[in-house]
Amino acid sequence: MTSALVVDAALILLVLGLALWITAARAAYGAAVGFVAYGLLLTLVWVRLAAVDVAMTEAALGSGLTGLLLLGAAARLAPYEAAEHQRRPGLGLRVLVGILCAAIAAGLAAVVLLLPDPAPSQALAVAAHLPATGLGNPVTGVLMAYRAVDTLLESVVLVPALIGVWSLSTEMSWGGRPGFLTPCRSGSALPLLARMLPPFGILVGIHLVWAGADDPGGKFQGAAVLAAMWILVMVAGLREPPPVSDRLMRFLLVVGPLCFIGIGAAGIRLAGAFLAYPEAYAKPLIIAIEVGLTISVTAVLGLLLAGPPVPEPQYQRQSRRRS
Amino acid sequence: MSLALDLFTIVAVTLGAIFFLAGTVGLLRFPDTLTRLHALTKADNLGLGLVVLGLLPQATAPLGWIGLIAVWLLALLSGATVGQLLAEAVRPPEWDQTRTPDAPPDVHPNAPEASSHD
Amino acid sequence: MTAFLLGAAAFILGTVALGLVRILRGPGNADRMLAAQLLGTGGVAALLLLGVATGVGAVSEVGLLLALLAAFGSVAFVTGAGRASDASATDSGTQGAARSEPE
Repeated sequence: MTSALVVDAALILLVLGLALWITAARAAYGAAVGFVAYGLLLTLVWVRLAAVDVAMTEAALGSGLTGLLLLGAAARLAPYEAAEHQRRPGLGLRVLVGILCAAIAAGLAAVVLLLPDPAPSQALAVAAHLPATGLGNPVTGVLMAYRAVDTLLESVVLVPALIGVWSLSTEMSWGGRPGFLTPCRSGSALPLLARMLPPFGILVGIHLVWAGADDPGGKFQGAAVLAAMWILVMVAGLREPPPVSDRLMRFLLVVGPLCFIGIGAAGIRLAGAFLAYPEAYAKPLIIAIEVGLTISVTAVLGLLLAGPPVPEPQYQRQSRRRS
Repeated sequence: MSLALDLFTIVAVTLGAIFFLAGTVGLLRFPDTLTRLHALTKADNLGLGLVVLGLLPQATAPLGWIGLIAVWLLALLSGATVGQLLAEAVRPPEWDQTRTPDAPPDVHPNAPEASSHD
Repeated sequence: MTAFLLGAAAFILGTVALGLVRILRGPGNADRMLAAQLLGTGGVAALLLLGVATGVGAVSEVGLLLALLAAFGSVAFVTGAGRASDASATDSGTQGAARSEPE
């Protein structure tokens, strides 16, 4: 299969080359654009490694939300870049850090390449117990049944992350609307896209959540797509982000983790352990948790990109100035 | 019958790949951002469209066809919008001020004497 | 047929990967964004070919996701450019970050 080898070698060289360019790029904005291309290359790498769920997550996050986050940050930092460039550490220190990173990468590569063949794996055990959960996708089985505690903690930690972003606001602006996504163009292309794309996006997002039980997909990919659609609508100026004091939005943020914890606690009575599912109801409970988590993760991702709140007069001023 | 369909697939996909090649060559060789954008949107429309057309006989049932065509339509929508957005972003700043709404442009936007052009 | 489709996927990927040279050279950031956009479309085509060739439907779904979110990179680029002009509060207009200095 030398053609597969050629394709793999080409992908590896591209990924490494692009990574080197991103690291060496002088302006953060150009490097962020390179990083969006890097995310696309990584999607192909994940597909080549037969990790389709991860490829979907990379596609959903890398081309959508991460690009928005990094490009927005790079744009805000642009005035300070020259000063930062003057103050960066000297060549010797940078070479030392580079050698250290390369050593760690080499160590990781050695660990992976020197694994015994066949490598130790739990895949057989996962496949053996999967029918009991009613799921068909082993990734979802691991995330929602075998390692549900990890997923619970991950979903809970999103809320403090959002609170951290909100805490960057000033005292006076608490309660206002998030100010990073105010629309900044008055052309008609972006509002057109924001009117036509979200119906398909919402359909695809819901499909991903539902299909994640048996096929590659799941709540995180679905939530990333839904959040991307919401952010598109906000960036195009068709809807305003909700103020941070909005009670309904706060409820939606926590409904997922609360659902998860509630079902987990019920598992103590009904199935003998925290987050154990009673045998007959495993799949409906898992789907209920996934739906709740989709809502919460969508809200969190959207608000993470919307940024800290700004006071209402400043919000109006920003919107008017940019349009 | 299936031989004819296979032949159709091979021809269409090959043409699509040629258009991708043309798009890349345009991206690398054209002199200016706006012309490169033009090359890019051709790869989007025709390259992907021909590939999707070629894959239609190979896909299963009506559901597979709908999926393939949906991908192409989404790529069309995105490509059209991206073309407008990026062109607006690289337009020279005095482009609006020098034109009256109905007059044809009397200076080409890519001409060397356009001032703040890279 | 399978071998042909896989070969076509590899060819299209190789072609658009060549376009990444534009990321290296492109005198402005908009040119880099064009290269990323081309890579996205080529990736969709390659993933569709791969999905039909191997029969794994999920790979085509990854292609669908990429096509759905293809425009977001450019949307981010354009709105980021707008924010750059706000942050620096100059009159260079919104083209400042979009066509910023060559590397």
